[in-house]
Amino acid sequence: MKNILPIVTIVLALIVIWYGAAFKMNSTWTYDQAARAGTEVTFSDLLRDTMQQSRPLLPAPHQIASELWNTTVEKKITSKRSMVYQGMITLKTTLLGFVFGIVIGVALATVIVLSRVGRLTLMPWAIISQTIPIVALAPIIVVLSNAVGTGTLMVPKAIIAAYLSFYPVLVSMVKGLTSPDQMQLDLLRTYGARQSDVFWKLRLPSSMPYFFASLKVAVAASFVGAVVAELSTSAISGLGARMLIGSQFGEPMIMWAALFAAAILAGLLIFLVGSFEKAARHLMGGRAL
Amino acid sequence: MKKPVIDAKGVDLTFQTNDGPVHALKNVNLEINKGDFVSFIGPSGCGKTTFLRCIAGLETPTGGTLTVNGLTPEEARKSRAYGYVFQAAGLYPWRTIRGNIQLPLEIMGFPKSEWKGHIDRVLDLVDLRGFGKKFPWQLSGGMQQRASIARALAFDADILLMDEPFGALDEIVRDKLNEELLKLWAATQKTIGFVTHSIPEAVYLSTKIVVMSPRPGRITDVIESTLPPDRPLDIRDSEEFIKIAHRVREGLRAGHDA
Amino acid sequence: MTRSDTRAEQVLWPLGFGLLVLVLWEVGVRLFGVSPAILPPPSAILAAILSSGPTLWEDWVQTVVKGALNGLWMGTLAALILAVIIDRFVFLKRGLLPVANFFAALPIVGLAPIMVMWFGFDWQSKAAVVAVMVFFPMLVNILGGLAAVDMMQRDLMRTYAASHTQTLLKLRGPAALPFLFNGLKIATSLALIGAIVAEYFGSPIRGMGFRISTEMGRLATDMVWAEIVVSAVTGTALYGIVSAIEKRVTFWHPSQRG
Repeated sequence: MKNILPIVTIVLALIVIWYGAAFKMNSTWTYDQAARAGTEVTFSDLLRDTMQQSRPLLPAPHQIASELWNTTVEKKITSKRSMVYQGMITLKTTLLGFVFGIVIGVALATVIVLSRVGRLTLMPWAIISQTIPIVALAPIIVVLSNAVGTGTLMVPKAIIAAYLSFYPVLVSMVKGLTSPDQMQLDLLRTYGARQSDVFWKLRLPSSMPYFFASLKVAVAASFVGAVVAELSTSAISGLGARMLIGSQFGEPMIMWAALFAAAILAGLLIFLVGSFEKAARHLMGGRAL
Repeated sequence: MKKPVIDAKGVDLTFQTNDGPVHALKNVNLEINKGDFVSFIGPSGCGKTTFLRCIAGLETPTGGTLTVNGLTPEEARKSRAYGYVFQAAGLYPWRTIRGNIQLPLEIMGFPKSEWKGHIDRVLDLVDLRGFGKKFPWQLSGGMQQRASIARALAFDADILLMDEPFGALDEIVRDKLNEELLKLWAATQKTIGFVTHSIPEAVYLSTKIVVMSPRPGRITDVIESTLPPDRPLDIRDSEEFIKIAHRVREGLRAGHDA
Repeated sequence: MTRSDTRAEQVLWPLGFGLLVLVLWEVGVRLFGVSPAILPPPSAILAAILSSGPTLWEDWVQTVVKGALNGLWMGTLAALILAVIIDRFVFLKRGLLPVANFFAALPIVGLAPIMVMWFGFDWQSKAAVVAVMVFFPMLVNILGGLAAVDMMQRDLMRTYAASHTQTLLKLRGPAALPFLFNGLKIATSLALIGAIVAEYFGSPIRGMGFRISTEMGRLATDMVWAEIVVSAVTGTALYGIVSAIEKRVTFWHPSQRG
């Protein structure tokens, strides 16, 4: 917690820079308007106007804050204009993708650790999968899911989220499952343990700290995946879709509010999963990685 | 009489920790003359490493006076008065052995034309000729530590400070390096401060053995060695050697009981 | 796990697996009569690649060279400069690191529509998105790398009375390189994603993202797949290039020594 003061300083500095940038970027429009109307712009006019344009190039932080307030607290959460409503949809996609990602990551890691052929075959492709830009695949995933008959856009979006989130789980689990050293393995061999005993009684328990440590990265990746999915599948709901709509209708305030709502939601998710990880680690005897 | 190279008068050092103040050094008085080989020995927590770091200007005493070559340790550090050897070799893995030895020469601004001469000379001193082009991780632990000694010698400081330099090596390698260190000392006439927790090592190497004890870190005995300057390894079986070792052990025990 | 893998095994197994998937895909599509609008067979994708070389090339230059690579070097350079500046101020660094860490986890790709609004339809807006996307992971990795030097190494530089710049250039810079490459590997994947997504928000009539969205609308799925293949090969190649440079530059790092 000793970092609080420096963090606050940095955040304040960012806000100040932001205000400066908003003043600078939005002033062009103010001057244009004034020139068209044939009026002079005083500095106080300029200052006032750049902070409250309805379609600013860069909205001032307080404008974004008030837009966020309007679209969360002031709107009913059933309204399509409510960021809470849109956020819930993105959240659902994220969590579904997160669960898919965990299942796929753990399953692949198990195969890779238990079988030499599995490792040789799958590990390179797992790495390659992350170098392929998922956004290029996104439209295809939608078409294929529809063809298989999933009906909604939720499943393809969750698949895209899972595509990004399985990888950190996989890497950590492979590391975790192979973390027991030769001495520990030899000890079980002196007991005449079967392969399955080695897995359930040694490998899996040793991998748990690694597993929990990977969740925070995985949930963040899943969230990024969910937003990317919404952006690249022409979704009509979700925070990413709000960004799309803001862009299409030339409403920058909607884009910025959606962007900040996404940042807040991501922060909450990471915090929650981080707390869960801490609690789990505490239960397992406080073993840090 | 000549002025001592290192002169400590009533040196105190207290660390502030979360568990309250820790008295790392208390009223340490010591003179080290030019050409001395001084060992600091004692159990962990006795302040031997801390005192060496004070001499090097890496820690600042909270009381007393400490001079190195008549300067404060800070000034001495800035004038590059000593070479320092750590417990681990700490060579840069991205530089060859030659490159590592060249590092202090680069930083201290030695003219480029002199680099080769310095490096060749110290490689000879530590018997690593022919290994200059190797990378540290291609050498054994003992060879790495020799290279780190060469690095500390490269810029010709009169003082060599060594903090348990052979602590991580096995006994056979350590014996060999001890023997070589004595030869090197004889050849270069440097003043050496040497921290160790091995009694035979301290007795074998030193002209002066400083016995320290913990809580608070202080000097309990200073033993002037009566061994001849020329010391083959089997001197360790001589009566003289065993007598000095015995006195060191007594000093350590006395510090422990107090 | 006892037998070590030969080079041939490392290549043939994944290659064989890839070929198997392609064969199953080809056979499956033909066997079940899947509409090419939904899933074209690999042979049709190959045909599309061969017949539309110039288009693919034009798109590739627009998206990868102009958008992704420009953004990549801009974001990386900006992160490097900020990291080196901020590194001098411990207080600011302690504040910036958690903030940058948080930003690195955000879906910054959402800035794409805003950047298109600011910088127009052409590659400049794509490069801007990419630059912001790669900036934070690079910053976090470089700052982490610069801090990754242990106490002993810093003390060694202090015994040489090395300046901040000397320590940065000779010790912390090289030590940070493995972290820098780690960041670059993440950044190359992000760069392609950013450049393609930004094209979904508006682009001149070329570019991989533009082509994918328009051909998808015309149900010309084979062309979409052709672009996917190009992007996949590009992503893997960029990763491979970064890895190859890493291997050459950080040959000394334990992870590269093998």
